[in-house]
Amino acid sequence: MLQGHQTWVFQSKPTIIGSAAIGGPFEAQGNLADDFDLLHGDIWLGQDSYEQAEKKLLEQACETAIKKAGLKQEDVQFFLSGDLINQIIPSSFTARTLAVPYLGIYGACSSSMEGLALASLIIDSGFAQNALVGTSSHNAAAEKQYRYPTEYGAQKPPTAQWTVTGAGAAVIAKQGKGPRVAASTIGRVVDMGLSDPFNMGAAMAPAAVDTIEAHFRDLNICPSYYDLITTGDLGKVGHRIAGDLLTKHGLSIPVEKLTDCGILMYKEDQPVFAGASGCACVATTTFGHLLNRMRRGELNRILVIATGALLSPMSYQQKETIPCVAHAVAIEM
Amino acid sequence: MSSSKRKNLTPVQQQYQDFARAREPQRPIAINCVRAFIVGGIICTIGQGLQLFFITYFNFDEKTAGDPTVAVLILISVILTSLGLYDHIAQWGGAGSAVPVTGFANTITSASLDHKSEGFVLGVGGNMFKIAGPVIVFGVFSAFIVAIVKVIITSLGGM
Repeated sequence: MLQGHQTWVFQSKPTIIGSAAIGGPFEAQGNLADDFDLLHGDIWLGQDSYEQAEKKLLEQACETAIKKAGLKQEDVQFFLSGDLINQIIPSSFTARTLAVPYLGIYGACSSSMEGLALASLIIDSGFAQNALVGTSSHNAAAEKQYRYPTEYGAQKPPTAQWTVTGAGAAVIAKQGKGPRVAASTIGRVVDMGLSDPFNMGAAMAPAAVDTIEAHFRDLNICPSYYDLITTGDLGKVGHRIAGDLLTKHGLSIPVEKLTDCGILMYKEDQPVFAGASGCACVATTTFGHLLNRMRRGELNRILVIATGALLSPMSYQQKETIPCVAHAVAIEM
Repeated sequence: MSSSKRKNLTPVQQQYQDFARAREPQRPIAINCVRAFIVGGIICTIGQGLQLFFITYFNFDEKTAGDPTVAVLILISVILTSLGLYDHIAQWGGAGSAVPVTGFANTITSASLDHKSEGFVLGVGGNMFKIAGPVIVFGVFSAFIVAIVKVIITSLGGM
């Protein structure tokens, strides 16, 4: 049911009956290593290309999530997935392996929450009994496609971020035990005229703020309703900007309640500049770490706002600015 | 940001960018310059050492020793890139490791390695000059312009 301008409230509260997070070697050294279902020591995963390695990560995440949900592959009714590679090949190739009805989505790093919101909508409206959502990213594959990697000899500024190598997946169902999806706010595209791909945090922060404000306005609740409010991958730079911007707009969220997956992911001493980024950043943190904390009873209500920078390598070279989007999903125990 | 670019922004965008800039860490330019000086200096010292080595122990003079020196530096750079070490030097040293011939060799090697999965012809062949290509194109072009200017000046009786 639509409430306010852009928020869906799911009456039946679809349940996340199983979720999984798979990571790479850098994530294994990070803060959240214990919350990953599987960690790989090699970024190639024994494959011939980074793109195939990313597909493998996503396949493993889906496989593990289905298993943890107590289902079989053929029981999955719909699969929604997105990633960062051109034409979302890791997602579509994983769908080929799964051989279930599939919708490919693209919201850059906001894909995970876009998928979760859409899957919840499908379940809540009664069009399916269950649905699988997944997203992946691979550091080397993303660098190769989007950026001017450090391997080419360019020095990165302190505002740059580190793309997570990993994949997250979750099975959403009408019935079952687990955290439940209560509401979702679909974000507008916000472009504040920034064009530096090495400063995604500052570019995406206004989109996150816009969606957070819309969420609280539409539902007429205040931040104290949630135990934790986490943005997707703003990193240290974007997190600080978003926090100050919210305060400036009169929506103060206590420091201990507002966090960012890009900050949670890695340890302070890892050389990741401003923090983590990529589709898998918010996907693995949410579907691994945060849902685990909810299952343990440490958190009851969380709001996850996944942020995505909707640029392409070509749009950047053509001197376009970076449009950004953020989608929020409220999960309750 | 240049003032012409800024003119295209709305007041809200300008206001936000000022707001954001006040909260962003800046590139540590002074430290970067010192590091570039150290790394660039070390690479050039090694080069100088190699040149002296070739002059002293082989049959080279100051002019001809340049070729084997560059070849050895390129070889060292390619090995460091292949072992995954050059990017760490690049992140620390910045321009110091990018400007010398070793930086040029690194861009070609790393792009080749990156695109090996797309095959040897379209992958490696098509992408190895991704970064180095423009340098060659504009290097040759500016050399050509300078040469023409020189020819004109000499033919007019100058120099």
